[in-house]
Amino acid sequence: MGAGRLYPAVAVGGFRRYATYRAATAAGVFTNTVFGLILVYTYLALWDEKPHLGGYDQAQAVTYVWLGQALYSTLALQGGGVEKELMARIRTGEIAVDLYRPADLQLWWLASDMGRAVFQILGRGVVPFVFGALVFDMAVPDDPFAWAAFAVALLPAMVVSFGIRYLAALSVFWLMDGTGVSQAVMVLGIFCSGMVLPLNAFPGVLGDIVRALPWAAQLQMPADVLLGRTAPVAAYAFQAAWAVALLAAGRLVQAAATRRVVVQGG
Amino acid sequence: MAVDGGPGGAADGITGGAAGGRTGDGAVGGPEGAASAVRGDAARGGPSDGAFIELDRVEKVFDVRRRTGFLKRERRRVRAVDDLSFTVARGETVGYIGPNGAGKSTTIKMLTGILTPSGGRLRVAGIEPSRERTRLAQRIGVVFGQRTTLWWDLPLVDSYRLMHRMYRIPDARYRANLDRLVEHLDLGPLLDTPVRQLSLGQRMRGDIAAALLHDPEVLYLDEPTIGLDVISKARVRDFLRELRDERGTTVLLTTHDLQDIEQLCSRVMVIDHGRLMYDGPLAGLHEAGESERILVVDLDRELPPVDAPAPARVVKVEGPRQWLAFPSSVSAAPLVARIAAEYPLVDLSVREPDIEAVIARMYAGQGNRAASRPPTSIA
Amino acid sequence: MDETGRATGSGRGALSEAGGGPAPGRGPVAARPVLPGPARRPAVFSPFGEGVRVYGLIAGMWVRSAMTYRASFLLTAFGNLLVTGLDFVALVLMFSQVDSLAGWTLPEVAFLYGLSATAFGIADLTFGSMDVLGARMRDGSFDTLLVRPAPVLAQVAADRFALRRLGRITQAVLVLAYGLLRVDVDWTAAKVLLMPVVLVSGALIFCALFTAGAAFQFVAQDAAEVQNAFTYGGTTLLQYPPGVFGKDVVRGVTFVLPLAFVNWVPGAYVLGRPYPLGLPGWAAFAPPVVAAGCCALAGLAWRAGLRMYRSTGS
Repeated sequence: MGAGRLYPAVAVGGFRRYATYRAATAAGVFTNTVFGLILVYTYLALWDEKPHLGGYDQAQAVTYVWLGQALYSTLALQGGGVEKELMARIRTGEIAVDLYRPADLQLWWLASDMGRAVFQILGRGVVPFVFGALVFDMAVPDDPFAWAAFAVALLPAMVVSFGIRYLAALSVFWLMDGTGVSQAVMVLGIFCSGMVLPLNAFPGVLGDIVRALPWAAQLQMPADVLLGRTAPVAAYAFQAAWAVALLAAGRLVQAAATRRVVVQGG
Repeated sequence: MAVDGGPGGAADGITGGAAGGRTGDGAVGGPEGAASAVRGDAARGGPSDGAFIELDRVEKVFDVRRRTGFLKRERRRVRAVDDLSFTVARGETVGYIGPNGAGKSTTIKMLTGILTPSGGRLRVAGIEPSRERTRLAQRIGVVFGQRTTLWWDLPLVDSYRLMHRMYRIPDARYRANLDRLVEHLDLGPLLDTPVRQLSLGQRMRGDIAAALLHDPEVLYLDEPTIGLDVISKARVRDFLRELRDERGTTVLLTTHDLQDIEQLCSRVMVIDHGRLMYDGPLAGLHEAGESERILVVDLDRELPPVDAPAPARVVKVEGPRQWLAFPSSVSAAPLVARIAAEYPLVDLSVREPDIEAVIARMYAGQGNRAASRPPTSIA
Repeated sequence: MDETGRATGSGRGALSEAGGGPAPGRGPVAARPVLPGPARRPAVFSPFGEGVRVYGLIAGMWVRSAMTYRASFLLTAFGNLLVTGLDFVALVLMFSQVDSLAGWTLPEVAFLYGLSATAFGIADLTFGSMDVLGARMRDGSFDTLLVRPAPVLAQVAADRFALRRLGRITQAVLVLAYGLLRVDVDWTAAKVLLMPVVLVSGALIFCALFTAGAAFQFVAQDAAEVQNAFTYGGTTLLQYPPGVFGKDVVRGVTFVLPLAFVNWVPGAYVLGRPYPLGLPGWAAFAPPVVAAGCCALAGLAWRAGLRMYRSTGS
């Protein structure tokens, strides 16, 4: 099979695998909705005290909350995509088999994670967002171009998300246990992606820093594109830069890790 | 009597028990077998008639829900175990076999108290397992072949220390048992090795030791030799034989490997569709099969079952190879001639009956379901 | 080791239970037929005491397992502290933009946060891994717990016990201390005594939630995540003042899922603020009763779930 058909097939496999967990998907939708509710109330209280915080009005803040819940699983903002499986394979040594496959390791896992991400949008993302739109006042654009621009921004967001988690997973080649790294991914993901507070609302220098980190490419950029707060092209450029940088770093680390496996005798 | 009778005495007791007729319900173990095998049962409050494990018309019914459409579901009642009655005397080693989904593991789960029977009466050592699960747990040992209960990241001996304390095994007895098990299962060099570094065979031996530290009166083994290499299998079997002969532990084992049964069990129970198909000595199983032989034919391509003249019939088809059973009293020649004339025959052989064939034949009695069942997958 | 019974003969005469067992040496002498079973029917132990004992044994094994990956353990303990600290950092970030939230100041919110997060941290440390139950049922390893002579709930609660969760408690206690030092409270004996009672009651309420969530997995094995909505969601909710939320939410959290008794109600009493929903004055002292009720209900749910598993095997 040529690469043109191999990786799409891997992606479809990733999609299907996650699609089989129906009860888990329903449970995730429920949980994301509950967390969305809690966050919306706190944001409403916050924006009551300080209208236009971070340049958002109340409706935009509410929209941001539900976007976060909708993309939470898709972008694996706290981890929990294919990297868990990759870590397990590295730990058990099954990764050696993967290395002999006539496929690129990074592309293989990227494709699989893309399949997962697309499923999560449909399976876990749509329902909480629609719930939010029905129950609360939201700033949802009716311009189809805004939605199209948003959809385009999701793609590099997914790649950046994968790039970070792939690096984390490769670290298991050296650490042998992924729990700690997963937790680090979680800490950084929650804080720096703007799950707790929109990055626009972060004060001072801290705000400048988090808005420059790759996590900003995940939730904040697509949200700002949808809410019309930033020019799509600028957002895409920022996202693409980080996507390329992370994938390149992934290749470098992968090469070092592969050498290590070979030295150890597989 | 067998208290300090040493290995010989205990072994006698077991043989006595196994020799008693056992084809009917409840007629297990002659009185002498029971008396010697039970050994002071009264002190433990067990049953006095020698039936250590006792099932009387036990059944287990599941409601299975199956997705038939996007939202449609179909409910179906499945009798995993149906009207099952048998008894096992103390000290017996019994092979419990049958095809996948026949009800073997459901039976074991009911015997260990994991599952509650839907009907009937079930007693192990006089205890109703589902009601007194924890009390029974002190007296049974369970080894799930494909699922280790050892602690993955810790040295093997740590798992044993946990058993020591969880089962409240007196210190001296724990030490004695551990020494004995370590010696017989050759675990000495492995005790300080993390379990994750053990081979499958080493881990199985480790699991068996873990299940025996608290001196269980009965040991349930689910596929104890699955996935093991020949040497590991032999070692496990040797140990189980010792356990049977020298300690009089009652053993019930399920297996896919008929050598396990040939080498360990004086009695075999075959279960299928939740019902007991055969219960008797191994010899009887052989005898039952001696009336038929198996003709194995290799055709040059995959074909539907050959149209053999009765009483010969096809019992299994696997690609171009087909197995035909025919009466031992009849010559194979006419059958071979006929097949050679009507089918593209490549090769053939006649096999004398073995347990596999016997069991295949038992299934054949139940219609077409058996035709596609390879005799090798009988357990 | 017992060296007295270094028997070299047939092994006869080595009959006493505790006496001369076969020699620890590796000689071919260990064939003594020890009687199966008798003479050690233990006294009847209370299920609760036995549960605590077995819980300790299993938790100890998990701790030692974690210690075999020491670097990872340290990293995760620290990470746990960070991860949980983020909740509070989010609050601080919010208060960097505003002076009060629904009329509550940062120290007051920190006090609420500290009470809830400490109670939750204790429950998370002791009962927090019960979400692996569904996976254990799927892979069949749950059955191995049912053949042990120990209460199943204790074994499941101790499953994957992880000391790294002390990170969460540490963080929560620090925030609570900050809140206690900075809030303006007229401390009375009743208020001081109420504090530990509230923490223990809150922990028990969350333990009951974890247990009920585990029981729910008997019904839906894949739906472990649902309990996160109630446990993690619950503690997140309680970290904000009740005034932030709609009346219906507060009612639900008071009367249906009585989380309000973890911190909102007793916290309002200590801070001298009006109770949510105009609850009567004694409500601040109700947490132990509420906790007992929750535990009883969760226990019933667990038993029902286990009974269902044992009748259906799935």
